[in-house]
Formats: sequence, C-alpha cells, structure tokens
Amino acid sequence: MENYWNKEIECMSREDMKKLQDERLVAQVKHVYENVPYYKKLMDEKGVTPDDIKSTDDLHKLPFLTKSDLREAYPYGLLAKPLADCVRIHSTSGTTGKRVVAFYTQHDIDIWDDCCARAITAAGGTKEDVCHVAYGFGLFTGGAGLNGGSHKVGCLTLPMSSGNTERQIQFMRDLGSTILCCTPSYAAYIGETLHEMGLTPDDIKLKAGIFGAEPWTEEMRREIEKSLGIKAYDIYGLTETSGPGVAFECSEQSGMHINEDNFIAEIIDPDTGEVLPEGSKGELVFTSITKEAFPLLRYRTRDICVLSRKKCSCGRTLIKMTKPMGRSDDMLIIRGVNVFPSQIETVLIEQGYAPNYQIEVDRVNNSDTLDVYVEMNEEQFTDTVKGIQDKEKALTAAIKQILGISPKVHLVSPKTIARSEGKAVRVIDKRKLHD
Amino acid sequence: MLVKQLSVFVENKPGKLSAVTRLLADNNIDIRAFSVADSRDFGILRLIVNDPDKASEVLKAAEVTISVTNVIAVCIGDRPGGLAEAVECLYKANISVEYMYAFVEKSGDDAYAILRVENNDKALEALTEGGFTILSAEKVYSI
Repeated sequence: MENYWNKEIECMSREDMKKLQDERLVAQVKHVYENVPYYKKLMDEKGVTPDDIKSTDDLHKLPFLTKSDLREAYPYGLLAKPLADCVRIHSTSGTTGKRVVAFYTQHDIDIWDDCCARAITAAGGTKEDVCHVAYGFGLFTGGAGLNGGSHKVGCLTLPMSSGNTERQIQFMRDLGSTILCCTPSYAAYIGETLHEMGLTPDDIKLKAGIFGAEPWTEEMRREIEKSLGIKAYDIYGLTETSGPGVAFECSEQSGMHINEDNFIAEIIDPDTGEVLPEGSKGELVFTSITKEAFPLLRYRTRDICVLSRKKCSCGRTLIKMTKPMGRSDDMLIIRGVNVFPSQIETVLIEQGYAPNYQIEVDRVNNSDTLDVYVEMNEEQFTDTVKGIQDKEKALTAAIKQILGISPKVHLVSPKTIARSEGKAVRVIDKRKLHD
Repeated sequence: MLVKQLSVFVENKPGKLSAVTRLLADNNIDIRAFSVADSRDFGILRLIVNDPDKASEVLKAAEVTISVTNVIAVCIGDRPGGLAEAVECLYKANISVEYMYAFVEKSGDDAYAILRVENNDKALEALTEGGFTILSAEKVYSI
C-alpha cells in the first residue's frame, strides 16, 4: 500500500493543482516585484508587470533567472524578506566565484521539511523508522534537508553526517537504522565497507535509502540495492530552490515527482529559451511559488531532463521528471560538489600558470576522482623531483581551497595537452553517469 | 670550473624518453654521463653532453621542457673508498648534496662524480682544499 505524507496535495487533480499554482504564482510575482529591486529591474526591462501575470499560462512572459544573476546579486540582492525574518542560510560549495547563498524564513524551512517528509514517506518511512542521515551537515543542504524531513515524519533521526564509515555501520547495527539518506556514491561505499567488514545485509535493518545530490545510474541503483539489501530512491533538489526535496521518487522508481504546490517546472530549449511541450528533452526551469526569503522565478537549473504527466502507479498526480540526463553548461558534480572548470582555471592563473589544463573525472570504487593536468613552462621546471612535487602540492592546496574537494594535480610538459582544432579539450569525464 | 648539466622533464608515457634520446642522437650529441630521477608521473633525465648549448637548443626547438643547471665534476679514485672520501669532505664542510651520479673514463684509473650541491662555491673550495681535482667544463665535454 502506498503511503502519502500529504495525500490531498500529492494526489490532487490537475485542475485543482493548476488553480493552486495560479494563485500562488500571482502572489509570488507581486511579492518579488515589490520587494526585490533586482527583479523589478529585470521585469521592467522585459516590459512585464505583475498585472500581466494572471495565471501559470503567463509564466513564459517572465524573464529567466540564471546563476550569473545570483552571483551578481550576491549576497542580499535577491532577498525578498527583511533579514530579521530570515532564520537560516545555506550555500553551494565553493568559496569564491560561483558561490550561491540562499536564505530561509521559518516558513521556508517548514515547507522544505515538508517536501523532504513526502520523500521519506514515499520511500516507506513512518514515525516507527530510524532515519540515518549521512549527507554532509553544514552549509550544504543535504544533511539539513533530510534531517528536517525526518523530524517532521517523526522518525528517530541520526544526524550522522558523512565519513567514518565503519562507525556509520556500527551505529546502523546498534541503533537499527532502517532508512539511509546520503549521496549514492557514499551509499555504494557503505555497501562495500559492510562487506569488507565481513557483514551482509542481514546484519543491518536498512530497508530503504534516499540518495541524491549527484547523478547516478540504474546500474548503480541495482548495485546499492543488492549490497545493502534495500530499495533505493532518488531525490532531486538544488540549493537555489531550497535543497533536496524539490522532487522525489515513489515506489514505481521511474522518475521523480515534483512538489508542484511549491515549484512550477518548465522545460525549455537551452539555446532559444523557448518553452517545450511535455515529453520534450530540454533544460529544467523552476519557479518557486511558496518561498518567502529567496524566491526564484524561472530559474534555469542547467539540468537536462524530460517532464511527464503519465499516470503513475503510486497514485500521485504530481508531474514527474526523469533523472537529469546531462547539463546545458560545463558544470561537473564531483563527490556531490558542483565544480566549474573556470574555477580551476582561475586558480591556475593566480598561481602563475598558463590556462592550459585538462580535467579528468572518473569513478573508481564508487568514489569520484579528479585529476588536473597542468602544463608548466620552463621557468616552472626545476631539476629536482621534489621541486616539481612541491609545486603540485601547492596547486592541489589552492584548488582544494576553492572547490572544497582535493584534486590530484599533475604538471606536464608544455603543449602536451590534447587540442582539437586548436581548442583544448578541458574536461574528460570518464564516469558513466547517465544510462 | 662548473659543468652545464641538462635536466629534461620526461613524462611517464610510452615513447617520451625514446623521443628525447633519438633527438639527441640525430643531432650528433654525445652523452658523457646521465642519471634519471623518477616519480610516479614523471622522470627527470639529467645529462652531461659534449655540447650542452647545442643540445639545449635542439631540445627547446622540439618543445621539450629542460633546464640547465651548473654542477661540479670531481675526480675521485676508482677504488674502494674513493667516493667516501669525497662525500666526507663535503660533509665536514657542512655542504648538502642534492643528488650525484658517477661515470668512469674509457681508460685510466679515475672515476668522476657529478655533484649537485646547495652551494657550488663552498663545495669547490672544500673539495680543492681536500686535495680533489675538479674537472673543467671543457675537459668533461671532451672526455
């Protein structure tokens, strides 16, 4: 039997949902126009006023918002509530450049928790469960989101954060964790560690897992399900819109239901911005219609996917999105961290290297690896091994400072990085992230 | 008194080392002595050649990463204890050796050590005072 956290919303008729979205959108547009000068300017430039937005049918009239807007408006430029009304901040990884800071009122947190509660319930969670949250806690939204959702459901919550895997397994065994929330690669790693410790899925009580924050394949799902003896569910979200819980998987495990009462999804052609009909593959765009502090209208996620209203066997009527099938920009997700090649390039230039580099990403033993090959010039070449290794270490540290994850830096000879048609190939992603 | 040593950056990839040695051969460069320092990703090939200026020109033209370092060539007895005496001499003068390698003459009783030290002047002084013969660059290039 399918369990719902909020059946009324999750199984609402399309007609009623549209009505709810219409009302909320109209109010949201008015709210941002009046309270956020940045939005007012964007809308004025496009010649749109709140009066032009009478329903979701008018959504396409609104300007898009992109990550560069978020950067330009950093930190307070898109804030729609007084700071006194805000209670929390989350941020995407990265200490400079592409950082995004999102603000939350208590109401925003409540809605976010509610979205995550739906995901946990859809994965079979109830107040009888022990929910083991092994996402990172901190500015990252993963830990806080699922932790909040778990509280809301009434699960006994273990705010484990990530790392120290043997201890994670010890806690699982001692406290009888039944639901695991973490990144899929960490789940796979926990599975491996379990077996290395000489244990089997029979030694733990896990029954379900909710895994997100990075791309993963069906093959990986089957692997995790087998190694941990669970059913694995996908969850989607991004810091810009709140965090995990924007969309979640149900028992059908074939795409994620979008919490449409809070987020309106559109698919656009990433090149022209034109809205594409249901079933088309394109870039996912979200409009948050309930967010108070940091409401984004028509935010371009850069994730490529397909939306579908095909009837779902779970009974939910919420529109479904496929797993992201790629990106419309050059962002990489490495160990759950958003990485732009330009961030690495900036570090190289600061450190006196020419921007001739290549990034190689792979997944070894279910963990992402990041190798950065950098061409050095003759002045940078010293005739001792230690001299070169010291330079590699310094670059590694500088890149880690910016990305938050540690790369492996290799200095190479000038003009040895492959160039095609004169243009260097910057990224080689050897991972199989999409089916 | 100092000898020009070429240090060549060689990535640990098939054919890289061979490309360098072939280039030198085709340009008629005679290698007097060499050593290789290796790490996981790369090696550094250190060479003493008959014509370091030409060799460096040729390698640079082929876009090989090189650096030229001044090193000391010292004559040591080709007998047990020959190297020990030279190193002791440096140790007593408190001079650290970054790396060294040796080669022998085609005929004769002498062996030579190439020394890369932190302070060439101090090392030259200590070795000379210790009675060691320092080889001139010309001598080394023409051995």
